[in-house]
Amino acid sequence: MADETPKPEELIAKINHRPAFEDWMQVPVEIRKGMYCYASNPKSVEYVGLPNPRQWNPLDEDWKLPENWKEILFEGFRERLEKFRTFKVFMDICVRCGACADKCHFFIGTGDPKNMPVLRAELLRSVYRHDFTKAGRILGKIAGARPMTFEVLKEWWYYLFQCTECRRCSVFCPYGIDTAEITIMGRELLNLLGLNIDWIATPVANCYRTGNHLGIQPHAFVDMIDFFCDDIEEITGIRPEPQFNKKGADILFITPSGDVFADPGTYTCMGYLMLFHYLKEKYGFDITWSTYASEGGNFGFFTSHEMMKRLNSKMYMEAKRLGVKWILGGECGHMWRVINQYMDTMNGPADFLEEPVSPITGTRFENARSTKMVHIAEFTADLIKHGKLELDPSRNDNLRVTFHDSCNPSRGMGLLEEPRYVIKKVCNHFYEMPANTIREQTFCCGSGAGLNAGEDMELRMAGGLPRANAVKYVHEKHGVNMLACICAIDRAALPTSMQYWVPEVDVTGVHELVGNALILPGETERTTDLRGEDLPGMEEEADE
Amino acid sequence: MNVKYMYSLLAVVALLLIAWIGVAIGLKVVFGVIFPYLAVIIFIAGFAYRVMGWARSAVPFAIPTTCGQQKSLPWIKPNAVDNPFSKSGVVARMALEILLFRSLFRNTRMKLHQGPKLAYNLEIFLWVGALAFHWAFFTVIVRHLRLFLNPVPMPIQLLENVDSFFRLEILYDSFKMALPGVYMSGLVLLLAVTYLLLRRLFIPTVRYISQAADYFPLFLIFGIALTGILMRYFFKVDIVSTKELTMGLVTFHPTVPDGVSTIFFIHLFFVCTLLAYFPFSKLMHLGGIFLSPTRNLPADTRARRHVNPWNYPVPVHTYEEYEDEFRDKMIEAGLPVERMPEETPEEQTDTDEKE
Repeated sequence: MADETPKPEELIAKINHRPAFEDWMQVPVEIRKGMYCYASNPKSVEYVGLPNPRQWNPLDEDWKLPENWKEILFEGFRERLEKFRTFKVFMDICVRCGACADKCHFFIGTGDPKNMPVLRAELLRSVYRHDFTKAGRILGKIAGARPMTFEVLKEWWYYLFQCTECRRCSVFCPYGIDTAEITIMGRELLNLLGLNIDWIATPVANCYRTGNHLGIQPHAFVDMIDFFCDDIEEITGIRPEPQFNKKGADILFITPSGDVFADPGTYTCMGYLMLFHYLKEKYGFDITWSTYASEGGNFGFFTSHEMMKRLNSKMYMEAKRLGVKWILGGECGHMWRVINQYMDTMNGPADFLEEPVSPITGTRFENARSTKMVHIAEFTADLIKHGKLELDPSRNDNLRVTFHDSCNPSRGMGLLEEPRYVIKKVCNHFYEMPANTIREQTFCCGSGAGLNAGEDMELRMAGGLPRANAVKYVHEKHGVNMLACICAIDRAALPTSMQYWVPEVDVTGVHELVGNALILPGETERTTDLRGEDLPGMEEEADE
Repeated sequence: MNVKYMYSLLAVVALLLIAWIGVAIGLKVVFGVIFPYLAVIIFIAGFAYRVMGWARSAVPFAIPTTCGQQKSLPWIKPNAVDNPFSKSGVVARMALEILLFRSLFRNTRMKLHQGPKLAYNLEIFLWVGALAFHWAFFTVIVRHLRLFLNPVPMPIQLLENVDSFFRLEILYDSFKMALPGVYMSGLVLLLAVTYLLLRRLFIPTVRYISQAADYFPLFLIFGIALTGILMRYFFKVDIVSTKELTMGLVTFHPTVPDGVSTIFFIHLFFVCTLLAYFPFSKLMHLGGIFLSPTRNLPADTRARRHVNPWNYPVPVHTYEEYEDEFRDKMIEAGLPVERMPEETPEEQTDTDEKE
C-alpha cells in the first residue's frame, strides 16, 4: 500500500455526507493523488487499435487530445443515443429524487457529492441537455445544461473512473436508471479520445494477444497450473492431471486468469483442479482448460461494447475449435455479467454447442440452454444436491465464514442461493452479513470495473468501507474470520481492504472451501488446508 | 447561495400575474379557450414525440437489473417478480413499479456512526410521499372528468363520494352550515407536494442535486392544488358557468360564459402550463418508466437469445494468429497445436494431426 494512503481513522475523519450550499457546476474538479489511476500505456492502446495512443498524464494541463475532440464526443454521444435506448431514456427521465444518493459505496466512503450516482449521471446529462435538448440550448444553466469544456471533460474522466459499475443504485431507482450503463457509455466516449486508464488498457491488450489479462503465455500458463498440482499432491498425496486445449473434450472450462496468478485466487484454482480430478476419477468427467481462451474476465467491458465483444469472442471460437459440448465458467463477477447478459447476443448463437447437461447427475441446465455456459456454483450445487461429492466439512471448522455477493452475479444475474448452498455444505460455520449489505443490495469491494490498481489506493479503501464495515459487524458478532466470494477481482481486492479495515478477516473463493472439504479417492490424511495451514485438530498432533 | 428554487418560485408567480392581468384586460378567450387547446395539442404531440424518440433507439442488449434469485436449478426457488424469467413476471414487476413504486419501497438511509459503524435504516417517507402525491394527483384528475362529461358517469360519482366521505356540517336549529364534502385527494396532494418541496430544500444531498427544473413543477402543482382548493371551499366559484366553459372545450363549441371567476382562469392557466411543459421536462418519467430496459425485459438471457439489431462483426484475434505467435513455446510445453512449424518435415505434421 502506498505510504501516502491515509490511515483508516484519517479516512473516516474526512467523510462528510452533508454537501455545502453551492452549485455543483461551479465546483472545479481537482484530480487528486490516490484517487485516480494512471493513464494508459500508448503501446497497449495501439496494440488493439484504439484511438489516440500517446503518453499523457491526467495531472498535466495538456491531455494531448485530437484537435476536434468536442466534435468527436458530440458525434459519439449522438450515435450512442440512437444505438442504446438505455442511454437515451436514462438521460431524459431522472427526476433527481435522491433515492440513489447514499447507495453508492464511493459516496459513502468519500462523501464527495459528485459520487452520488445521480450527480455522476448529471455530469453527462448536463452536456446532453445542452447539445441535444431545446430547453437546455435555450435556457442554459437554468435548465441544468452546460457546454462541453476541457474542465467538464476532466470531471467526466475523474468521476467515471470512480464508479465500479456495480449497479447498486439501479436497484433503488424507481425508473431503473442504471449508473453502470451511464458509466459504460461515458467510458466509451472517453475512449474515443484515448482517455483510458492503464489498469484497463493493458489487460485488454494482453488478453487480446495472449488470451488472458495478465499476459501469461501458453507455456507459462501450463507451468502455473502444474505448480498448483504439485501443491495439491503435497497436501493430499493425489496429483490432478488437467487437460489443456484438448480437442473432443466434453466441456471447456474458463475462469479468470487472476485465479492462476495471485493468492488467494490460486487456492480457488486448486479447488477447481481437485473437483475436476475427483469427478474424472469417479465418473470419467472430461474437461479441458484452454490457454487461448484463458481468461474469463473481460476488461473490454470497461472499455467499450466493441472491445468487450472482441475479447469475449474467444470463448465461443475456442469451444467450436475444440468441439466441446458446452462451457463451464469459474468464479468471476463481471465475467458473468458479460456471459449472462451480453455473450449470446454479441457472439452467438452458439448452435455448434449442446444444451448443457451435467454428465454426472444428468441435470439439464435449462436456464443456460441458449448461451450454453454454466456457472460453476450452479454445477457444484447440483453435484452436492445429488450426493455426488464426498465431503468433510469439518476440515473447514477453523473458519467462520460469511459470504460476499459480488455485484455482477447478484444484480446482473441473480446467482444468490447456489454459492450459499455450496458453502453451507462444505463449512459448518456460516453467518450472513446484515440484510441491507448482501444479495441484490450487496456492496462492491470498491475496486471493480478496472480500478484495482495500486495508485488509487485511497479511492479503493474508501469505496471498500461499506463492505468491510459489514464484515466487521459479523466479525465482532460471530467471530467471522473468512470472507468467501465468487469473484476474481474480489479475491484480489478484498484482502487489501480487509487488511485495512478488518485485519482479522481473510478472503477465499468458494471452491477453495470445496477443495478443503472434498475427499479425493485414495488421498492420504491431510494435515493442512490448501494454504498449508494446519487443519483443525491437527495443530496438537503437530505439537506432540 | 442556491437560488434555483427562487427562479422557479418567481416563474410560477409570474404565471399567476400573467393570468390575472390577462383576464383583467379582457383576454378571457385567450386564457379560457386558446391556451387550453394549445396546451393539450402540445402535450399530446410532445408526449408522443418523446415516446417515439425513445422507441426509435435500439435495445441492443437485455440488461435487466436482477433483484432476487435467478431461475436455475429446479430445487432453488426463483424470485419470479424481482428477477423475472417469464413475460408474466415482467408484467408483474412493471405493474409493481408503476402502481406501487416497488424499487423506491426498498429505500434506506445511510448513517455513519462512531466506530466507524455504518447503518442503513428503512427510509419510508420518500416512498409514502411519492405514492401519496401520485395517487392523489391521479384521483384529482379522474375527479375532474365530471367537468368534461355530461351526464357524469357512475364510477366518477362513486369516486367522488369515497373521496369526500369526510363532511363538515353544523345542524343547530338556529344556525345551519355545511361545507361541501372535503375531497381528501386535494388535501393529500397539497400536503405531499409540500413534503416533496421541503425535502428538496432541507435534505442536504437532495438540495445539492436539485435544479430549477425540479422546483418548478412542484411550485406549479402546488399552485394548481391551492387554487383548486380555494375555488371549492372559499371563493365558491360559479360551478354552472365553469362547467359550461369546460363542456364547450370538450365538445369543440368553446364559449366563455359570464360568471367564470378570475381564480378559475389562474387555475386553468397553471394547468395549461403544466401540460405544455410536461413533454419537455423530467415529468416525462411518466412515459419513460414503461421503456426502462433494466426493468421491462425478462432476465432470461442465457435461455433465450436477445438479438441486437445493429450487431456488427469486429476484428478478433483468432486461434491461428495466437498459435502462430506461440507455436514453439506451445510445443515445448507439450500443448497440442494445429500446425507444426513450417520447417518441420511433412510426415511429422501428419502424425501430429492424427493425435
